Amino acid sequence: MSVIIAFVVVMSAMAAWWLSRQNLASKPWLDVGEIGEVRDTGASRIPTAKLGLWLFLAIVCAALALLVSAYFMRIAPDWRRLPEPPLLWVNTGLLILSSFALHRARVAAQRDQVERLRNSMMVGGASAVAFLVGQVLVLAQLNAAGHFVAGNPAVAFFYLLTVAHGLHLLGGMVALGRASARIWRGAEASQLRLSTELCATYWHFLLAVWALLFGLLLLTGRFAEFAQDIADFICRTPGA
Amino acid sequence: MVGFTPDSADAVRPAELDEVELYHSHSWWTTWVFSQDAKYIGIQYSLTALAIGLVGLVLSWVMRLQLGFPALFDFMSPGMYLQFITMHGMIMVVYLLTALFLGGFGNFLIPLMVGSRDMVFPYMNMLSYWIYLLAVLVLVASFFTTGGPTGAGWTLYPPQSVLSGTPGQQTGIVLMLISLALFIAGFTMGGLNYVVTVLQARTRGMTLMRMPLTVWGIFVATVLALLAFPALFVGAVMLLFDRLLGTSFFMPTIVELGQQLKYGGGSPILFQHLFWFFGHPEVYIVALPAFGIVSDLISVHARKNIFGYRMMVWALVIIGGLSFIVWAHHMYVSGMHPYFGYFFATTTLIIAVPTAIKVYNWVLTLWRADIHLTTPMLCALGFIVTFLNGGLTGLFLGNVVVDVPLSDTMFVVAHFHMVMGVAPMMVVFGGIYHWYPKITGRMLDETMGKIHVWISFLGAYLIFLPMHYVGLVGVPRRYFELGETSFAPASVQTLNAFISIMGFIVGAAQVLFAYNIIRSLSKGKPSGGNPWRACSLEWQTPQTPPVHGNWGEKLPVVYRWPYDFSVPGAEQDFIPQNVPAPSRAPPLAGSPAS
Repeated sequence: MSVIIAFVVVMSAMAAWWLSRQNLASKPWLDVGEIGEVRDTGASRIPTAKLGLWLFLAIVCAALALLVSAYFMRIAPDWRRLPEPPLLWVNTGLLILSSFALHRARVAAQRDQVERLRNSMMVGGASAVAFLVGQVLVLAQLNAAGHFVAGNPAVAFFYLLTVAHGLHLLGGMVALGRASARIWRGAEASQLRLSTELCATYWHFLLAVWALLFGLLLLTGRFAEFAQDIADFICRTPGA
Repeated sequence: MVGFTPDSADAVRPAELDEVELYHSHSWWTTWVFSQDAKYIGIQYSLTALAIGLVGLVLSWVMRLQLGFPALFDFMSPGMYLQFITMHGMIMVVYLLTALFLGGFGNFLIPLMVGSRDMVFPYMNMLSYWIYLLAVLVLVASFFTTGGPTGAGWTLYPPQSVLSGTPGQQTGIVLMLISLALFIAGFTMGGLNYVVTVLQARTRGMTLMRMPLTVWGIFVATVLALLAFPALFVGAVMLLFDRLLGTSFFMPTIVELGQQLKYGGGSPILFQHLFWFFGHPEVYIVALPAFGIVSDLISVHARKNIFGYRMMVWALVIIGGLSFIVWAHHMYVSGMHPYFGYFFATTTLIIAVPTAIKVYNWVLTLWRADIHLTTPMLCALGFIVTFLNGGLTGLFLGNVVVDVPLSDTMFVVAHFHMVMGVAPMMVVFGGIYHWYPKITGRMLDETMGKIHVWISFLGAYLIFLPMHYVGLVGVPRRYFELGETSFAPASVQTLNAFISIMGFIVGAAQVLFAYNIIRSLSKGKPSGGNPWRACSLEWQTPQTPPVHGNWGEKLPVVYRWPYDFSVPGAEQDFIPQNVPAPSRAPPLAGSPAS
């Protein structure tokens, strides 16, 4: 559970930092305003939807930290190293392309470049779909090679993590689809600034999560051995 | 002075943030059924939660019939008993209390109390309720499937919950896990709304430190829930994988009926960690809104400002933070390293400090106050006493050496029912008696209310005090029938029968409560806008019940905190939050506490 504890510590530090700026030491019982004397509420100038998205990402991070905690805690002698299908590298490239395209879409929306926005969104959406198809193919390949979900915990985690990640991307596709529909219906690029920004943020986040998960999966076998070494070291009786 | 109208807000500078765009319904369906108005959603949440809570109550009756009079009824099998305790526990903790405090009270009160027109994401808020309803329906559906609902106990520990000897192993456990996942997805949608609304949609002048403690309680509890529920979600999905796909996340190598199962290598303790990483904050997800609400009830009905407002806010935040590092005190008997037990016992006992601060502050608020023994006040007093009693047995169970012999006995059941069942329900009752006039425009009947609260309060003590004793002599929980033992004297059975009879009486008193609620809709005394003469914003709406958009043309402007009761020199014994100080006069001192 050390990963989730570390996450809680980080979140607590952020919460403490935020609370320290909220004037919590004030004495509200003494603070009565006259007409016109209106205190600043301290609400953030960040758009509400953006704040909502960041909070949602924090929740997803909590789930991720828990999954990674569970991942480490479950590594046991029955853990078999997972093969690394080369297609995963192609998929990773597709997700990077998708994320980059949405970054371009965000810039285009800020500069009111409708055509570039439309193209970037199309590339972003298409490469995200290609990524999802690629992930399904990887799972099919693993299955065909005899690595069934119930086979060993490494495969089970791979299924669980990739499916969870894919479903989140699918959810993002809904938002991207709605934004795209608006631009095809003739909305101005400037009207889509917030939507594209939110989509780009979400895509970058999912790319970062995928990079983390992929790194974890690549390192699993090596990590398992390393963890076993550490465990042996700790459990060794001093002087024995 | 109190007659100051919000028109005086004309002189103030414009809001820092633009107003939230308000959704207007266009049809009967979008007004009354698929409503996006937080007030309706709050009522929908509350009614659904109370309805499923009634199912939970009936289940407890059936269980008590068995425990109190084991030889008298033969309709119940041991399996059914396990199914009923499981469903009773999960329904009461998650589907009733969490949904009612956050979805019900949160939706109705947050926008009104912070002076906004609605939640910031109304569509998502509506979805939140409908997904919650779906989760409830999936849960209820498990009663009607082959094998019935799961009987794994509300903690759903594997491997037991997945093995075929456990009732509901075929479909019940699957539906339970799906229902929980749905509940969490729905709650996340609602929870994001509550948090962002508090952060971004407060009206002008409503600083965080001018928010009523009810909003603070719901706000902190929602943050906890948003971070803790993912643990249950992850645990539920992984358990679902184990059950349906045959993975071994949690399932160890195991032999069942002489046959080795396909599982192997999984860690049941991992599930316990995930479950309790959610499970302990869950206690505070329920308790913190109760703390907030009870603070407001006491202040209003004792006509006195809350004592130590700042400390109350800080204590809420500190309790929230600490609740994430105590989870393993539910796992002392899981074979954990003794040093971990030492750590978790220490953190657990530390929580007693901010909690005690809150209890002292409630008591000091009551000290020499103008206490009106209204029904909401009776509920608030009942809560304080009960929470204190339940908290004291928590000190027993928080200590490893005391917990080990008491673990899995009826003492634990009595403890958490006091602290998490009776105490929050007193607040739920108090909250409903207090805000019913704002919701409906009519008062609940006070006489019926007092009868209901006194029977519930005294009855609950007559149920749970003997239950502590039954636990102390060693009677285990989750046993269908005790049979003859060497440790339990015959009086245990007499006590069990007594507890059961009290349970039926307390349950029957809830019928009176339901009758009062329904009858008062048409026959209750008209309440007017502010029958309790309270200061917080929800009582200052132009219409009662508040209409869509809450505030008419102009949002209120806040000039003071919500506890200006009995201010020396004021015309009345309360000054609403939207009343400014008289011009060119020194600011009013809030209270003797200032």
